[in-house]
Amino acid sequence: MLAKRIIPCLDVRDGMVVKGKNFIGIREVESPVSLAQKYNLSGADELVFYDITASSEGRALFADTLKQVASCIFIPLTVGGGINTVEDFDRVLKCGADKVSVNTGAIRDPSLIGTAAKLYGNQCVVLSVDVKRVDGKFTVFSHGGRVNTGISAEEWVYRGQEEGAGELVLNSIDTDGVKGGFDCEMLQKVCSRLTIPVIASGGAGKKEDFLELFKTVPQADAGLAASVFHFGEIPIPELKEYLSKNGVHVRL
Amino acid sequence: MIAVIDYGVGNLFSLAASLRYIGAESVVTADEKVINSASSVILPGVGAFADAKKKLDSCGLIPVLKRQVSEGKPVLGICLGMQLLFDKSFEYGEHEGLGFIRGEVRPIAYDLKEKLKVPHMGWNSLQIKRPSPLFRYISDGDYVYFVHSYYAANCAESVTATSFYGGLELTASAERENVFGTQFHPEKSGATGLKILRAFSEIK
Repeated sequence: MLAKRIIPCLDVRDGMVVKGKNFIGIREVESPVSLAQKYNLSGADELVFYDITASSEGRALFADTLKQVASCIFIPLTVGGGINTVEDFDRVLKCGADKVSVNTGAIRDPSLIGTAAKLYGNQCVVLSVDVKRVDGKFTVFSHGGRVNTGISAEEWVYRGQEEGAGELVLNSIDTDGVKGGFDCEMLQKVCSRLTIPVIASGGAGKKEDFLELFKTVPQADAGLAASVFHFGEIPIPELKEYLSKNGVHVRL
Repeated sequence: MIAVIDYGVGNLFSLAASLRYIGAESVVTADEKVINSASSVILPGVGAFADAKKKLDSCGLIPVLKRQVSEGKPVLGICLGMQLLFDKSFEYGEHEGLGFIRGEVRPIAYDLKEKLKVPHMGWNSLQIKRPSPLFRYISDGDYVYFVHSYYAANCAESVTATSFYGGLELTASAERENVFGTQFHPEKSGATGLKILRAFSEIK
């Protein structure tokens, strides 16, 4: 039986992981290699790296960072941020990424999904979607959640699957950063027609939130979070033990 | 030295890096002379069976691989590389494999007893069926990472471990004499995967 996956997400800028804000509002940075190693030892099932640099120097640093991580961490690595063309896929795959996550680039040009899937296999193409409620409808936002595309989330994720995406990350803008739990209502509604694996993102604040996710949204294969892992608010070994005790199948 | 066969199928970064990490000397190559002089061989692969077979053929590597096997050299196929070791595959038609291990490769979707997602992707635990030199450092129930939509069937005599999925017992690894195959990716299976690669690198 497949284990439900626990996935820490790391934002990388200028070769360092930006850990967001902790509870007293301090922004911290840490070396991606040491953080990734820490997660690997604590039982993370996969790691997601987002390149949040815009400059070309930053991009080159990101490639170096990725190579260093992929040379010492041997679990699946997903890479996203600034993926707009097949050349971008190629660039990060050569540095050791296993899967590549597309978001705005795929909204701009949906054929990117299929083109990349044919070249590298469906398993390699992860469609990442930021969703927010607008007038009671689940709507897709692009550009890091800043632009309302007006596209229905249900329709877009289904289209993504048809185009050839092998996995989906569904991030709720409404619950992101609130730490009040995953957006189970949105996840249930938006991925009801999907047959590809779904990674839930946005809103995790405590262990119980992951249990609620896996119990109420059976389609969710994985839970993704950032700051609660980075600042040690939810230690991964403790989380997995807790899930296992409550009947969720995890890799211990 | 381990020769990792490079025939233009998939990303070999992690495999090469994981062998480096465990201190096993390796080279990524398609050169017959280098392969002949290697002490063991790894056949990787992702993508479609027929396409991979065609690429192996056009690189002139099929007779080279056959020679390594008949000389008794340890050969390890990973993922699609494992599937290629069998007699044939039913991935989009019927295609002949290398025939090093008896059995055939079938779509998971045909045989699933419960409605589950295909590909079978993620971490699953190994049920060890019989001792294998590959399992020297791991235990029954250890987790490994899979990504595949087809699996080896009708190969009971060569299966060394399985994983359960949707009421189906999937072949996770198989071997016949000096030929080994893992359906999962040891280079993506964390500490367990590194132990399997280390055990393979020590087979004489």
